[in-house]
Amino acid sequence: MAAKTLFDKIWEAHVVKPVEGGQDVLYIDRHLIHEVTSPQAFDGLRQRGIPVFRPAQTIATADHNVPTLHQHLPIVEPLSRFQVDKLTENCREFGIELYGLGHAWQGIVHVIGPELGITQPGMTIVCGDSHTSTHGAFGTIAFGIGTSQVEQVLATQCLLQKKPKRMRITVDGTLASGVTAKDIILHIIAQLSAAGATGYFVEYAGSAIRALSMEGRMTICNMSIEMGARGGLIAPDEVTFEYVRNREFAPKGSDWEKALQYWQTLHSDPDAVFDQEYYIQAEDIAPMVTYGTNPGMGIPVDGAIPQVSAEGGASFEKSLEYMGFAPGEKMLGKTVDYVFIGSCTNSRIEDLRLAAAYVKGKYKAPNVRAMVVPGSKQVEQQAKAEGLDRIFAEAGFEFREPGCSACLAMNEDKVPAGKYCVSTSNRNFEGRQGPGARTILAGPLMAAAAAIAGKIVDVRA
Amino acid sequence: MQKFTQLTSTIVPLPNEDVDTDQIIPARFLKATTRDGFGENLFRDWRFHPDGSPKQDFVLNNPTHGGAVLAAGRNFGCGSSREHAAWALYDYGFRVVVSSFFADIFRGNALNNGLLPLQVSPAFLHQIFTAVAQDPTTVLSVDLEQQIVRIGADGPQEQFDIDPFRKVCMLNGYDDIDYLLSMKEEIEDFEQAAQP
Repeated sequence: MAAKTLFDKIWEAHVVKPVEGGQDVLYIDRHLIHEVTSPQAFDGLRQRGIPVFRPAQTIATADHNVPTLHQHLPIVEPLSRFQVDKLTENCREFGIELYGLGHAWQGIVHVIGPELGITQPGMTIVCGDSHTSTHGAFGTIAFGIGTSQVEQVLATQCLLQKKPKRMRITVDGTLASGVTAKDIILHIIAQLSAAGATGYFVEYAGSAIRALSMEGRMTICNMSIEMGARGGLIAPDEVTFEYVRNREFAPKGSDWEKALQYWQTLHSDPDAVFDQEYYIQAEDIAPMVTYGTNPGMGIPVDGAIPQVSAEGGASFEKSLEYMGFAPGEKMLGKTVDYVFIGSCTNSRIEDLRLAAAYVKGKYKAPNVRAMVVPGSKQVEQQAKAEGLDRIFAEAGFEFREPGCSACLAMNEDKVPAGKYCVSTSNRNFEGRQGPGARTILAGPLMAAAAAIAGKIVDVRA
Repeated sequence: MQKFTQLTSTIVPLPNEDVDTDQIIPARFLKATTRDGFGENLFRDWRFHPDGSPKQDFVLNNPTHGGAVLAAGRNFGCGSSREHAAWALYDYGFRVVVSSFFADIFRGNALNNGLLPLQVSPAFLHQIFTAVAQDPTTVLSVDLEQQIVRIGADGPQEQFDIDPFRKVCMLNGYDDIDYLLSMKEEIEDFEQAAQP
């Protein structure tokens, strides 16, 4: 039998039928939906007069639009309220379980899937959101889809997909103190560029990846899309199994034993061949920050902004002009106005613990507004149980309620034009955190340190 | 979905690289629950000042350029999976986006909406930008059946690639969903077989 990659094994187990022209009909195990990319899909079903094919495999939450204060009150912003209400109506009409506002399991779709045990190794998972790649941390094929495809999955539990190429990125060695999973992925994207993995599905491997918690692995897989990859995945191991065990929707009893047996086969065979391979030494990774307007524009915090390259010079210049930076400048010491700790990249309990441990007993700089937005109700409750909310409050940080929040600024949580925000989210695109907002991506530890210092600092110093 | 067979049109040049879907349609305009009207906010923050007045230096506000073809720098459509980006381009009147490289999800979304993501070589894209700069009335002719794209009436031409299945869908205006719905039985059989 030919050696297979982990990706091949999961993909092949889900092909209903190959179609002429290189596409496969791919079966989808779990479909996650939210308020922004689903309403037009439900309308499509209504127009055709067809039901949701497998409602029990579809899970909904409200996250993109929701306010992060006073969630017990009606949503003030009328368009957001309408969209969230529409999701509630659609879920009721089509028989889909909704963990909406007020539910103890509400939260960012890519935070709640894993924490409820909905996300399990070997699955195919899709959602109308590009950061669906997050779930790959469990050894799943998980990727973002458009609304037409949301409708297809609702109608048939399948998608027509062309199999992507396979890439493996191996990170071996030990991370230096102060360097986190976020720094690994920002380092990788800076090496490969924002388009470097387009057309590929990436497997992350190596001792530095193995050493990460599930939270860290989710941070890595989450940002696969930022280098163009449709998704990323990591072979499940004891860390994965321990995380999934006993969660709400995890298999129990003999089902668990059976599942575990299968999950233990989910790894790339030793002689499996990848279309592209990269090797990175963990010791070479420093705490990272971005200086431009795509996630590939990252440098070590103590580095300098590169000079304009001949190729793509105009786009590079436009980017720096937007950020108000110049080539050759150091990022260290740059003044910061906002700090946002949250998003599907870094809003899990481990991220909050890391930030809280740093800010404990300190107080934010007077020029900074700092916001912590937990990824889910469960994360929020856990943080409160551990007293993290008090630590943040005493440090002058706002501790808010769960949602996507300032990552994409669809709700009130916006960064004003021209202001700099150190953000633990995933995109530093122009206007992403509000029209004219300037985003500097970093990990939760670096973000916490920037809030205290009021400027970009090196957590290692 | 509307059919696409061939098109000859003037070209709107946007040489920027890594144009992300947040630029094509910013998140704050994703609150609609229908597919209509997104063209109004296409490239909103590049196209308009915060007070709503047009930014004169942006190409969509330049009366010299117009047409159903958008020519853009490499890695067009990166970022968010929002299909609203494809809807906005189509609603504005574009039928073809030509670039040297497309982000995956955008490419799929465009194809699902009758908007042709036409990938050409970097050299050919450069030729398009040069031709439009010299003469804004330059047209691009696209023949999907033959998979040929040509600059001007008898200018340089190039063969382009498209997935054969997607080509058939575009030429005939087929949606994936019709095909998938016709496979219900096979999907149910697969579910039965996959049961542990």
